Amino acid sequence: MTTFEKLRLDGVTRRFGGKDALSGLSLEIRKGEFIALLGPSGCGKSTALNCLAGLLPLSEGSIWQDDKRLDTLPPERRGFGMVFQSYALFPHLSVRKNVAFGLQMRRLPRTEVRRRTDEAIRLVRLEEHATKLPGQLSGGQQQRVAIARAVVLEPSLVLMDEPLSNLDAKLRLEMRTEIRRLHQSLGLTTVYVTHDQEEALSMADRLVVLRDGRVQQVGAPEELHTRPANRHVADFMGYRNLLPMRVVSASPAFVEVEGGGMTLRGTAIGELTAGDEAMAGVRPEDLRLGEGGVPATVEVVEYQGRELAVEARTEQGTMLHLRAAERPSPGDKISVVADPARVLVFPL
Amino acid sequence: MTALRHRLAERGVDRQLLLLVPGLLCVLTLFVYPFAYGVGLSFQPTHGGVLGAYKDFFTDAYQRDTIGTTLQLSLPAAFLNVAASVPIAYRMRGRFRGKRLLTTLLVVPITLGTVLTAEGLLNFLGPTGWLNRTLMSAGIIDAPVRLTNNYWGVFFSLVITGFPFAFLLILSYLSGIDPTLERAAATLGAGWWPRFHRITLPLLAPGLATTFCLTFVLAFSVFPSAILVGDPAGTTRVISIAAYHAAYESYDYPLASAIAVVMGVVELAVVAAVLGVRSLFYTGSTGGKG
Amino acid sequence: MTAIAVPAQETRRRFRIAASPGAWLVWGSVTFFFLMLAGIIGSVVVSSFGRRWFDTWLPESWTTQWYGQAWHEFTLLDVLIVTVEVSLLVVGISVLVGVPASYVLARRTFPGRRVVYLLFLLPILMPPITYGIPLATVLYKYGLAGHMAGVVLANLVPSIPFVILTMTPFIEQVDPAIERAARMCGARTWQVFLRILAPLLVPGILAASILVLVRTVGMFELTFLTAGPESQTLVVALYYTMSAAGIRAQQSVDAMAVIYTSMMLVLLVIALRFVNPTQLVARVKEEPQ
Repeated sequence: MTTFEKLRLDGVTRRFGGKDALSGLSLEIRKGEFIALLGPSGCGKSTALNCLAGLLPLSEGSIWQDDKRLDTLPPERRGFGMVFQSYALFPHLSVRKNVAFGLQMRRLPRTEVRRRTDEAIRLVRLEEHATKLPGQLSGGQQQRVAIARAVVLEPSLVLMDEPLSNLDAKLRLEMRTEIRRLHQSLGLTTVYVTHDQEEALSMADRLVVLRDGRVQQVGAPEELHTRPANRHVADFMGYRNLLPMRVVSASPAFVEVEGGGMTLRGTAIGELTAGDEAMAGVRPEDLRLGEGGVPATVEVVEYQGRELAVEARTEQGTMLHLRAAERPSPGDKISVVADPARVLVFPL
Repeated sequence: MTALRHRLAERGVDRQLLLLVPGLLCVLTLFVYPFAYGVGLSFQPTHGGVLGAYKDFFTDAYQRDTIGTTLQLSLPAAFLNVAASVPIAYRMRGRFRGKRLLTTLLVVPITLGTVLTAEGLLNFLGPTGWLNRTLMSAGIIDAPVRLTNNYWGVFFSLVITGFPFAFLLILSYLSGIDPTLERAAATLGAGWWPRFHRITLPLLAPGLATTFCLTFVLAFSVFPSAILVGDPAGTTRVISIAAYHAAYESYDYPLASAIAVVMGVVELAVVAAVLGVRSLFYTGSTGGKG
Repeated sequence: MTAIAVPAQETRRRFRIAASPGAWLVWGSVTFFFLMLAGIIGSVVVSSFGRRWFDTWLPESWTTQWYGQAWHEFTLLDVLIVTVEVSLLVVGISVLVGVPASYVLARRTFPGRRVVYLLFLLPILMPPITYGIPLATVLYKYGLAGHMAGVVLANLVPSIPFVILTMTPFIEQVDPAIERAARMCGARTWQVFLRILAPLLVPGILAASILVLVRTVGMFELTFLTAGPESQTLVVALYYTMSAAGIRAQQSVDAMAVIYTSMMLVLLVIALRFVNPTQLVARVKEEPQ
């Protein structure tokens, strides 16, 4: 196993036909870290992963493993493991041979190949299926083979490209725990690409949010959840109510904004002065029904298990998304209040 | 150096493209170079200046008429093959018992090739062949119908080899059209005729054009059967015979090359015309899988 | 299937047989076509076994002497050996050259891809005579024609594009991520080709080989234009004996034709074990059975 202290991406850029798919990604990955690259489709997260893997050549920038330059090496000589969205199992090889493939490529002694293959198959609990072909396995089992194939090499870095997106909801949750468990027990440095913010928040030590090929924010899950750096990150992190407002007053403690017949208090993210156009962001769970709030009419009610998701329209026509404990009916008049500690105000 | 390689790689140029080299080399040396050589040769006749060979071809009615003869044979044959295939394939596109056997049987004439088909046609359609014998004993005709060593012999040979080809192609194009489209049309109240000509036919049109082109190319290159079952000195003196005679009997290579060039140009003109018509139709997904 | 559904389907089928003139027309013309085909092949086969067959339904008596005669007179064994040698060489070379080219064309986009594609398509679109005559001239100039080398080279012209076209859908079926996965496992380019792609492409390579084999054995024009007396394949030999009719007994030509047909039919039966009938004429994927 090749060990390293840190992996450094320095201004990694990739252009396709003159257009930047990824521009100037700089990031330091510490040994043992679990990093999630997060963003909507087309944001450049898969490009970043493929550049890191060596499957795409860089247009600019460099990748360093401690003092060794990596971006000039072909993928097979970087010593990374990768799990693909489509699993990409070799359809003509059995589970065992799939897992052993990389070890054979390194020309390891037969006994060691056997020992490590068995170990990896046991790790993902597929002992009974070792002689089957990938086509005979379920989606979740195929995914586990793909993971075993990547980790059996004890790679210095594991790359995962939306590995759970082809699984159904229940299996996705199970595999999430499974991957996290593997990460903790093996201590493998991991870069994980996903478009699912919930998945990223629950699994990663640090998140990198990308949009249009540029880094929007890097931080721990709590940081991104409570303090998104801009309205795009907020939008992506579940701030469904993004309301265009005008700043009435700004103080170091809070700003007051108004617009659409509403007045809200919240925390300013960035420089704001009175009179500025701004965007107020609130999560649906931070809007409640309460006395003396904004009057609105209920339009749609969705049952979501413990709570109800409600869409209501204010008298000025703004749509609000909120949660409610009891079921209002469409057409009901309600009053909506926001928790000032949870309202964020972004400059435009 | 690395920068250049990066820039090229961005546009998709890297060492993997070298895999194309052997194939390209073969096509260039065995197809493009000889063809260019032939074109060059056609402009260097023994007499009559640069265009002498072409002048010889177009002023001599015996030579010039081969174009018409070839088109008169190949266009109707290609048209019949495609036109007959559509209703048959339309009826057979579903699954039924024996479909595999039927399609297998249809492959037989394609593999027989023109030479064997010619021999069979001479025997079967000849004056004392089984067909004339059957028709005479049934009292339909009094004297044997002459079906070989003339236009019809060659025409039959083109149908025998060309129809299965067209049929199998059209059948696979039809299978590529999502059958739920017609079912959807049926739920909207369309009968079988509107379903066919407003849904299936427009989706099939590009496939029909391609099939017509390929069948036409096959018929246009008619050569051995035109000699064996046709009337190679008269009504079925097709353009390939003219080219072959020029090259191997009068050893006039410039003329032979000129005829080959004319043949290529006429053929590509027909193909281009058909594909031009095709581009007027919808071309895109036909909703089928693959 | 429920008990109610069966009679419903039954009535529909009977309805179709009884009341659809379109169906009658379609099946009628198909039957007519096959009757013609049977007549064509049958008359050749019957003639090849017949002694004295003139103005009658069937020959007066039967014999196999024509086969012996054809075998000796036309030195059929040599012709068959040449045919097999030529076909195998053409298949081998066109697969070796065509498969890598097909891989690049199926997988990659690069400037000039359309031109390259068109270049590979043209030899299939052009009548063999149009490029066969100049090609034969060039081959004679370099002393290659008249030998097996010339015949093989000429037959490569349509075969390589054909391999490329046949292989394309097979290559497209292989998920590119599988190749990337192999590289991430540490496999070099040649290892990816040998250990991952080659096993996955075996069905496609088999199909392409057999199709090229069938086409080469049946290819008349190109072989005819480039072959010398020692390098004729079976079709060309057959053509020469036919066009020289009068010198030889008609029946021994028929016998030769039957030998040719049987050879093609054996190839066909083998071919159909590996490929779909539609693939024999074009590369079109059929609906899953």
